[in-house]
Amino acid sequence: MIEEYRGVWVFIEQSDGEIAGVSKELLGAGSKLAEKLDVPLAGVLLGEGIRELSSQVIGYGADIVYLIDHPVLKHYRTESYMKGVNFLAEKYKPEIFLYGATPNGKDLASAVATDLSTGLTADTTMLDVDIDKRLLEASRPAFGGNIMATILCKKNRPQMATVRPKVMKALSFDESRQGKIIEEEIVLNEEDMRTKVINIVKDVTKKANLADAHVIVCGGKGLGDAEGFKLIHELANTIGASVGGTRDVIEAGWLPHELQIGQTGETVTPKIYFAIGVSGAIQHVVGMKNSELIIAINNDPNAPIFEVATYGIVGDAHEVVPKLIEQVKQLRVEQGGEVSYV
Amino acid sequence: MHIVVCVKQVPDTKIIKINPKTNTLDRRSAPAILNPYDAHAVQEAVKLKQALGQGKISVLSMGPPQATEVIKKSIEIGADEGYLISDRAFAGADTLATSYALSKALEKIAAKHPIDIVICGKHAIDGDTGQVGPGIARRMDIPPITNVIEVTKFDKENRIILVKRKLTNGYEELEVQLPCLLTVEKEINQIAYSPLPNMIRAARYKPNIWSVGDLEAVDKAQLGLKGSPTVVGKMFTPPKLDGGKLLEGAVDEQVKQLIEVLSERKELLNVK
Ligand SMILES: Cc1cc2nc3c(=O)[nH]c(=O)nc-3n(C[C@H](O)[C@H](O)[C@H](O)COP(=O)(O)OP(=O)(O)OC[C@H]3O[C@@H](n4cnc5c(N)ncnc54)[C@H](O)[C@@H]3O)c2cc1C
Ligand SMILES: Nc1ncnc2c1ncn2[C@@H]1O[C@H](COP(=O)(O)O)[C@@H](O)[C@H]1O
Repeated sequence: MIEEYRGVWVFIEQSDGEIAGVSKELLGAGSKLAEKLDVPLAGVLLGEGIRELSSQVIGYGADIVYLIDHPVLKHYRTESYMKGVNFLAEKYKPEIFLYGATPNGKDLASAVATDLSTGLTADTTMLDVDIDKRLLEASRPAFGGNIMATILCKKNRPQMATVRPKVMKALSFDESRQGKIIEEEIVLNEEDMRTKVINIVKDVTKKANLADAHVIVCGGKGLGDAEGFKLIHELANTIGASVGGTRDVIEAGWLPHELQIGQTGETVTPKIYFAIGVSGAIQHVVGMKNSELIIAINNDPNAPIFEVATYGIVGDAHEVVPKLIEQVKQLRVEQGGEVSYV
Repeated sequence: MHIVVCVKQVPDTKIIKINPKTNTLDRRSAPAILNPYDAHAVQEAVKLKQALGQGKISVLSMGPPQATEVIKKSIEIGADEGYLISDRAFAGADTLATSYALSKALEKIAAKHPIDIVICGKHAIDGDTGQVGPGIARRMDIPPITNVIEVTKFDKENRIILVKRKLTNGYEELEVQLPCLLTVEKEINQIAYSPLPNMIRAARYKPNIWSVGDLEAVDKAQLGLKGSPTVVGKMFTPPKLDGGKLLEGAVDEQVKQLIEVLSERKELLNVK
């Protein structure tokens, strides 16, 4: 009976005592859905020694925290986390269950959806509910074309979705918020585990830089060839920005794949985003549209990127970008100092 | 050692063209290819087989009869055998129904020759979900290891492998007992040139083709459209963002305006 299922849940991803940004964003998005459906919002928190994080989950919007604290849950592993999450979902029956579209979130959601025999929508970028039918409307860019598709799961519960990081907004942290903590115990034996985490290596390379960059210069196929793409690096160097590319650029081999921006690459939210020779396909746009200021340079006045751009220049990148570089340099001389971006 | 790789035929999104009027995909323009991630999955199986000095690689695909093409392509890369499950009953499957159908075929393959490792692509480029691999693993009750970037060690005696798995921010090293399922990223290997004998074998190769009736104990309610809990509701063009201001004038003039805008937005920019 699908009527038995009530409430909106968010899987809380944590590591080293820190809650992932996407989980906070989902608490923000989930609280709107919960409000519309008039049900509580719950955070699902698993790990070892993570009880203290409950108050944070509540402060970011949850009314209830379902908690399982167990040594076997120290590091994320599909087999142990899945057991905990399945147990909670079967016992408390949420109607909607959201996960971050991160490697671990996607991994867990895929396993749980199979065990619960329910629908899972991948990489959604918009969430809403049909209040009358109590249906989650999970939308994502559809394959091909500048078009979005809304995916529904009508007959099975919970309705599950993974959601792209950085597209939803977190609520500001409210220390005074009150909530209920429900702690459960499950049996987990290390000896039964078929996987062991030997080592976790944090990588602070380009990819992390891109996600945190304040200014990004993104080049597209319109630069023509690898030689033309050098302009992008030159502009980025001049203004102290990070470089990114579209999928076509990555596939052409002009940039390493970790610098791809978009649906199948990174989602970025810099203060300034330059899109140069980028057409603005929906799969690209979902990865950058939340940037504060978007500047597009493209020789086709009808390129969809101009619909997203705060300011657009219609022109040949090979002409415009060198001028831009030159003027920035000149400005620097005039101002007698540096132009730096914060 | 028996490795089975799941391979999917997908439209080539690099070549595919979008009709700017209808905003939809011009499917006729799209040649079908082996999902690029799955090519790396087959290549990894070949690498493992070579490192072990023995073993057998089977590939499995679900799709229309034309999907035999991706099986042939896999034979070229170095697979030994190929299976295609093809039936109207499978059509319209979402990831839940797909993993069910594939796991039933894997059951049948395993009955003849037990499976040690299943390898899938990280995702299929036509849907980008990455849900089928873990789904298969759950149905076979073997551990799924997603986003694998390297198999660093293969301990044949103890039936354990060591793998690196990509995370949001770095990677982790995992020790995994066989049998298991891996989904692989592109960086795991480079597709090698196919040796001529493989090409010749591939050209002549006839895969095993199974319909629903060939699989054992199948619950038809879990297949295809019927077995798919997710449905596409509406399609819509993304909401307009508040962009759209084109700068005007000669290029020099436009660049100047842009610099002015940038300098004005002091909250974004620090001009000392
Ligand atoms: C499932 C799926 C997932 C995808 N994921 C992603 C993703 O994560 N990220 C991504 O970026 N794409 C993704 N794509 C691809 C996406 O649909 C587009 O094909 C891609 O973003 C286009 O890249 P582009 O803008 O560089 O190239 P093009 O579309 O070829 O655009 C080039 C642009 O440059 C302009 N131009 C040409 N010459 C000049 C010049 N001299 N000066 C200035 N401008 C010029 C042209 O007018 C054109 O607008 C995905 C596609 C699919 C189907
Ligand atoms: N129809 C199919 N036939 C064979 N393998 C598939 C099929 N669909 C998905 N897969 C496998 O599952 C992986 C992930 O697919 P997806 O979940 O659709 O992104 C692919 O890379 C394939 O290895």
